Amino acid sequence: MDFHHDDDRRMLADTLGRYLADRYAFDVRTRIATSEAGWSAEQWRAMAELGIVGALFGEAAGGFGGGGFDIAIVFEQLGAALVVEPFLGTLMAGRVLAGAGETDLVEQAIGGGAVFAFAHGEPQGRYELADIRTAATPTAAGWTLSGAKSVVPQLEAASHILVSARTSGEPGEEAGISLFVVEKGAPGLDVRGYPMIDGGRGGELSLDDTPARIVGAEGTAYAVIEAAVAAGIVALAWEAVAIMDVLKAQTIDYLRTRQQFGIPIGKFQALQHRMATVALEIEQARSSAINAAAALDGDRLARERAVSAAKYTIGRIGTLAAEEAIQLHGGIGMTWELPLSHYAKRLTLIGHQLGDEDHHLERFIELGRELGRTG
Amino acid sequence: MDLAYGPDEIAFRDEVRAFLKERLPQRLADKVRLNHRLDKADLEEWHAILNARGWLGNHWPVEWGGPGWTPVQHNIFDTETGLAYAPRIIPFGLSMLAPVLIKFGSDEQKRHFLPRILDGTDWWCQGYSEPGAGSDLASLRTSAVRDGDHYVVNGQKTWTTLGQYADWIFCLVRTDPTVKKQEGISFLLIDMTTPGVEVRPIILLDGEHEVNEVFFTDVRVPVGNLVGEENKGWTYAKYLLSYERTGIAGVGASLAAFAWLQHIAATEQKRGRPLAEDPYFAARLAKIEIELENMRTTNARVLMASGGGAAPLAESAMLKIRGTEIRQEITNLARRAIGPFAQPFVSEALDEGFNGEPIGPDYAAGIASDYFNNRKLSIFGGSNEVQREIITKATLGL
Repeated sequence: MDFHHDDDRRMLADTLGRYLADRYAFDVRTRIATSEAGWSAEQWRAMAELGIVGALFGEAAGGFGGGGFDIAIVFEQLGAALVVEPFLGTLMAGRVLAGAGETDLVEQAIGGGAVFAFAHGEPQGRYELADIRTAATPTAAGWTLSGAKSVVPQLEAASHILVSARTSGEPGEEAGISLFVVEKGAPGLDVRGYPMIDGGRGGELSLDDTPARIVGAEGTAYAVIEAAVAAGIVALAWEAVAIMDVLKAQTIDYLRTRQQFGIPIGKFQALQHRMATVALEIEQARSSAINAAAALDGDRLARERAVSAAKYTIGRIGTLAAEEAIQLHGGIGMTWELPLSHYAKRLTLIGHQLGDEDHHLERFIELGRELGRTG
Repeated sequence: MDLAYGPDEIAFRDEVRAFLKERLPQRLADKVRLNHRLDKADLEEWHAILNARGWLGNHWPVEWGGPGWTPVQHNIFDTETGLAYAPRIIPFGLSMLAPVLIKFGSDEQKRHFLPRILDGTDWWCQGYSEPGAGSDLASLRTSAVRDGDHYVVNGQKTWTTLGQYADWIFCLVRTDPTVKKQEGISFLLIDMTTPGVEVRPIILLDGEHEVNEVFFTDVRVPVGNLVGEENKGWTYAKYLLSYERTGIAGVGASLAAFAWLQHIAATEQKRGRPLAEDPYFAARLAKIEIELENMRTTNARVLMASGGGAAPLAESAMLKIRGTEIRQEITNLARRAIGPFAQPFVSEALDEGFNGEPIGPDYAAGIASDYFNNRKLSIFGGSNEVQREIITKATLGL
């Protein structure tokens, strides 16, 4: 048992941390996050050159990482700087593509030449991975897709979109789901982009007889999607923990310096106890993120229980940490001007990605029953 | 990072498991699981079994008979003994006084007292709290006035856990009332049979005699029983408290209590279905299971970062708060799980050899009293509010 990162990972974290401090300062971030594009192709390429994308994939796919703690260390740094670049979609779609042997595409992404979006969730889906209605139809040339995908992060930025669709079965069934690559500009493809409340852009995807190339085996993608989402949850959990650390540090600083009634407000016991509770809860959140990263490469039930436990924990504590940071800052915490408010927004909205705390609590219970049945 | 145990750690875990399987009396494990009464003989029996294996003073340095475990080994031992429903090791002599003696005591004190703690000759209790000095320990008033070769002690201690069994009490006493309240305190060892020492029981809300008041009236204590230097007791007390908290998360015991709660929830029925399948109860169970798993990792992180010594105060305060909240929530859910059968209370049913008809399920008898007894967890050892002050001091620097 060892809670230290190895030297390679520590070096990667230092490299990325330094880059972000120098090149992705908060004002730069805000300009990118609120720009028309909602991301920066230049930043993306520079970070890819630093090896950040490569760290997300294993050697077989041309990367040099790909483990749970590789994802952890990258997303912790990205979270601390509130980076809006399309890392999450590239991570999840890239893992699917790497698993299906599409290493050329993954190598392009590692080099900064390709950007992926993971278009799985549908308007009616509400986090249920098997609620897929988008239909795939075989044609002489391959497949065409028809349907809709909702709130896909950085959809417009993607050069390749990974889309899930039914080749058989009914919505809600795990069997019959397949994965396809759709290229930007394909006929029948419509992207409606929009800004996100926490920065960057998302998009609605609609497909109308859009030609697509199947990835992996037909009808059996559910397990692959579940594993990709697990990697995405590990990423979000570490992004969230990093944001919590920032909120904590800034709030503590504020409590020390802001004077009311002639003394620093941090002298008031009511505020002290709230801060102490947030501080200890953040340590619990960090532990859940560690557990999820450690379980990512292990057996399915243990992995899924750990990621659902982490997403539940991050959802619960993330809301607490964001709300308390704003409250303890008082009026200034409500302002656009203060970076803290943007950290609080991102932390809160992480709770809406890949399943909220209620969804994952329910899932944790179901997985427990499954564990009982099989174990 | 690697959360898995290495081969040596697995071998150690298996060794602990084999030992527990062979040497932990089923009778004692049943009592712990069912929250039945453990008397002095039960606790002494378990201490003797551990001592025979060299595992009783497991935090002690090797030269004083400790096993020289790594932090991971400590964690494994705590977890496995908890999971096996082993009685807890009574900490007063073993993990409170002994570290203080080893670090600050005279050679004579170490040679005399340490072996007697291990072999059970002396049962120690703690004399810290007073009626006017609970979590604000520095306000204590029990006085020790030097008179030749003796201190003359007058005052009162309270909440003295298992003091009714004790041969000796280690006390914080005021030796200089003229200085700042944290100064002028000394750490004194007092033989409970000395004239002028009187122990009176305090019966707690569960009807049990676990804590006591201890009165001192002109009690003469040889100056050789002073630990370290006069008026430096606050330093030793703080050292002791940080030691006390390293095991305070109680992860092993909580894991065991949770496993038993799951058994109860799977057995109890609601509308003809196991309670564990009721969505509201299932959600309560799942929340606590997740928090407990998080706590297990938090606890391991703190233990390993501390290198096996005393955990830093802010981190141990976090463990104390969250560990006790989790344990209290488990007892809360167990109480709810047995429904109306939480209400009857037949005290004799908690004693060994009771063969009366159980009221409701046979595991119900001790559950509500255990819930009430465990309200103490967020009060003793420095209340959870005081722990929040400690975190505040460390993080805010105010």
